[in-house]
Amino acid sequence: MLVFILKRLGLAALVAVTVSAISFSLLFLAGDPATALAGEQATDVDIEAIRRLYGFDRPVLVQYWDWLAKALQGDFGESYYFKLPVADLVLQRLSITMTLGVCGISFALLTAVPLGVIAAIRPNSLIDRLALLLSVMGQAMPSFWFGLMLIVIFSIQLGWLPPSGTKTWVHFIMPTVVLGYYAMPAIMRLTRAGMLEVLASDYIRTARAKGAGEGRVLFKHALRNAIIPVVSLAAVQMGFMLGGSIVVESIFALHGAGYLAWESIGRNDLPTVQALILIFSMFYIVFTFLSDVVNAWLDPRMRAG
Amino acid sequence: MARTADALLEEIHGPSPAQLLRRRVFGHQGLLIGGGVLAVLFVVAVLAPYLAPHDPYAQDLLARMRPPVFLGGDWDHPLGTDHLGRDYLSRLIYGAQVSLLIGSVAAVISGLIGTAMGVAAGYFGGRVDMAVTFLVNVRLAMPVVLVALAVVALFGGSLQVVILVLGLLLWDRFAVVMRASTRQVRSREYVTAARAIGCSTARVVLSEIMPNIVNNLIVVATLEMAHAILLEAALSFLGLGVQPPTPSWGLMIAEGKQMMLFEPWLVTIPGVALFALVLAINLLGDGLRDVTAPENRN
Amino acid sequence: METAVNDPILKVRNLRLTIPLGAGSLNAVRGIDFDLQRGETLCIVGESGSGKSLTALSIIDLLGRGIERRADRLEFDGIDLLKAGRSQMRSLRGDRMAMIFQEPMTSLNPAYTIGDQLVEAFRLHRKADRAAARARAVELLEKVGITAAASRLGQYPHQLSGGLRQRVMIAMALMCEPELIIADEPTTALDVTIQAQILHLLAELTREMGVAMILITHDLGVVARVADKVAVMYAGELVETGTAKKVFEAPVHPYTRGLLGCIPVPGRTQRGAPLGAIPGIVPSLISEVSGCAFRSRCAEATEACGAFIPHRVASEGSHSFRCVHESGRKAGAEAGT
Repeated sequence: MLVFILKRLGLAALVAVTVSAISFSLLFLAGDPATALAGEQATDVDIEAIRRLYGFDRPVLVQYWDWLAKALQGDFGESYYFKLPVADLVLQRLSITMTLGVCGISFALLTAVPLGVIAAIRPNSLIDRLALLLSVMGQAMPSFWFGLMLIVIFSIQLGWLPPSGTKTWVHFIMPTVVLGYYAMPAIMRLTRAGMLEVLASDYIRTARAKGAGEGRVLFKHALRNAIIPVVSLAAVQMGFMLGGSIVVESIFALHGAGYLAWESIGRNDLPTVQALILIFSMFYIVFTFLSDVVNAWLDPRMRAG
Repeated sequence: MARTADALLEEIHGPSPAQLLRRRVFGHQGLLIGGGVLAVLFVVAVLAPYLAPHDPYAQDLLARMRPPVFLGGDWDHPLGTDHLGRDYLSRLIYGAQVSLLIGSVAAVISGLIGTAMGVAAGYFGGRVDMAVTFLVNVRLAMPVVLVALAVVALFGGSLQVVILVLGLLLWDRFAVVMRASTRQVRSREYVTAARAIGCSTARVVLSEIMPNIVNNLIVVATLEMAHAILLEAALSFLGLGVQPPTPSWGLMIAEGKQMMLFEPWLVTIPGVALFALVLAINLLGDGLRDVTAPENRN
Repeated sequence: METAVNDPILKVRNLRLTIPLGAGSLNAVRGIDFDLQRGETLCIVGESGSGKSLTALSIIDLLGRGIERRADRLEFDGIDLLKAGRSQMRSLRGDRMAMIFQEPMTSLNPAYTIGDQLVEAFRLHRKADRAAARARAVELLEKVGITAAASRLGQYPHQLSGGLRQRVMIAMALMCEPELIIADEPTTALDVTIQAQILHLLAELTREMGVAMILITHDLGVVARVADKVAVMYAGELVETGTAKKVFEAPVHPYTRGLLGCIPVPGRTQRGAPLGAIPGIVPSLISEVSGCAFRSRCAEATEACGAFIPHRVASEGSHSFRCVHESGRKAGAEAGT
């Protein structure tokens, strides 16, 4: 178990470093940070001075190494636009994105898992068909459009929910639904498929032969086994969702890390963008790592290996 | 009683594989609907210059934001006009071109990359497999929207850049699925037999393995095409994809968003078009999976 | 107990199981009768697809969805199982009647320890506390010959071999001291060397604890060793029933004779001589089946075999069979093997 965790940790670290290296070289090769930094009125001489001041004239590898060493200590440089340390800036915005992510995945799990279970208990029933329809439609719906439609209906027409902002939990309802629905179809399909398979298995028949009631059979015996792959999927989806929060945050004007990323890209604020790419990929890496660990804990067969 | 040769043959031998496939295709509602809608949209995109009633770029500032017919507009602009007085139906029709072009070319690029990686990993195993798996992990860890936005912002938002960026980003599922299918096929006897009689690696891969995994490839390609179309729309919506005045559906939604409060149809119409296109492609993809591998159904 | 001691624990009359299909229905089991006395072992023998497993599952009411069960009588210790509600069946299952399945590898839940699964029925039916249930589990694990029983409770199914798992399944079935155990081919999935051990164990335990058992198998060697009574099943019907001794020594029905003829007997079977085989295939049971289902494969078949097939008593006692021929042979055929 320990060896397994250590191996996965090593791999995760390697992935993180590679991701940061790729995005670093991509961003710093493509844009000319000195020009961006100097502003519109700058002369060639000014730009050259800035280039030397910030060390942009050094080889990319050296610059990357420098950046990575500082990043490991929590120093992501200074934002070109805000003239503030990127780390403080990101940290300050991250809580909204995290809240949104947790709400989104909870919403997805709380709707998709029960739907999947019911669909599996009554295959080809009305509810099963409805769930299938919902998942097919959900997969095809552009999330930004879905968000706008919700605003049109619930904020403009009905006036029930605020279209933007983060003041109260009410402000988070629509963003949660938009972010969460994205993960729903996959979770629902996997829950349904898993439950169908498990319910047909011999050990469920054994449980019935012992005189266990339907509730006990479904939840203690079946769901416990069917949920294992769903947990890892949910973790992966959570990683994707945080990365996808950029769209949701921009629609609902939630000033989280995704919104910051959008603004920073528009402003050519490379240190901030660079830090955010690294942080978002770290989220994915951490969540997939956690899902492996939780999986090993849930599935005794993996625990031994 | 007159009987067709086909029916007679079938009575003797049972249905041929081609007949079975045909029967399954025509028995699959989702596949038919998806394929039908996609075919119609494809024709519309190709015939855009003949079908569009107006020039999608022609502005008419005196005829701004005319409502569509069903909201009391006139037939000169069946779907109304946008904030610059451009005919909405024409922009919608040309938008189909943009979406389909981006979706299919990006799917082809990512398909080439992903298939090459996946087949190599599945066929050679060992270190190649490890390297590919690692690359897939790296790719999955990259926040797609963010990276795509950043790169498009840096290189400028032209159609070519968007296609290239999406193509270079969306190969992960191709690699994963092709790797798994290749591994499965590789252990079959006919592959071993081909290797035993001294076929070259290229020959084994192209004539023994590829034909047996191409159905999975097509399924993934349709799903990734839908994915690319959605991503392009999202990028354009965020203002960092296809640039105005190109009629991209995502861009139309972004432009309509400003007037959403008063004219919600500006957002609804291109959104429905996008939804229908992606739904059609997904139905087609799911249907193809069911039809080519019926034993995996549900 | 109110019921007389010599009343059968299980009474089955005219049990029919049908599986509705798109067109018509599959008559998987067509009118079978048998009685099972307390402490008695009945072996149901037949080839795959003859309806043995369905019969077993129908008694404990675990048939899959869409299989219709009908019978004139289906009684367990005087309780009418046809009228029993779901909760009443639940309270019987695992407590007074238990089942052992064919696949020990997949019949245990991979997510829970052996201990958890052993105590489940006991705690459900006896409302016992944890400690008592665990003590009972250890006792039974020892009884089925598992060493270091207490430490096994914390193990997961995947950590045990097939033979051990089947021992655990047996212990699980015995937890609540059932009056009836239904064992559906409990040894077919195991290694040949272990099969004998498990069967021996099962026979010994049921005898020791006075449990009635229905043992379903297609292995005639098994039957000869453990059965009190034998029922031979063919295409959804019991073609011959009787005490093990009678059926083995004096089989009457042509199918039973054919089946027994397939077993090579040391000394009697010539070296190099072809082993017995029954030619032909089982007829389709879709829609109405009339006459004897075995007639297409039967050497004794005559025209009368397409009509009604009577039950006949072969000799004294409970040895009976279904055949148009009075002695299981067509008239004029010479007697003797």
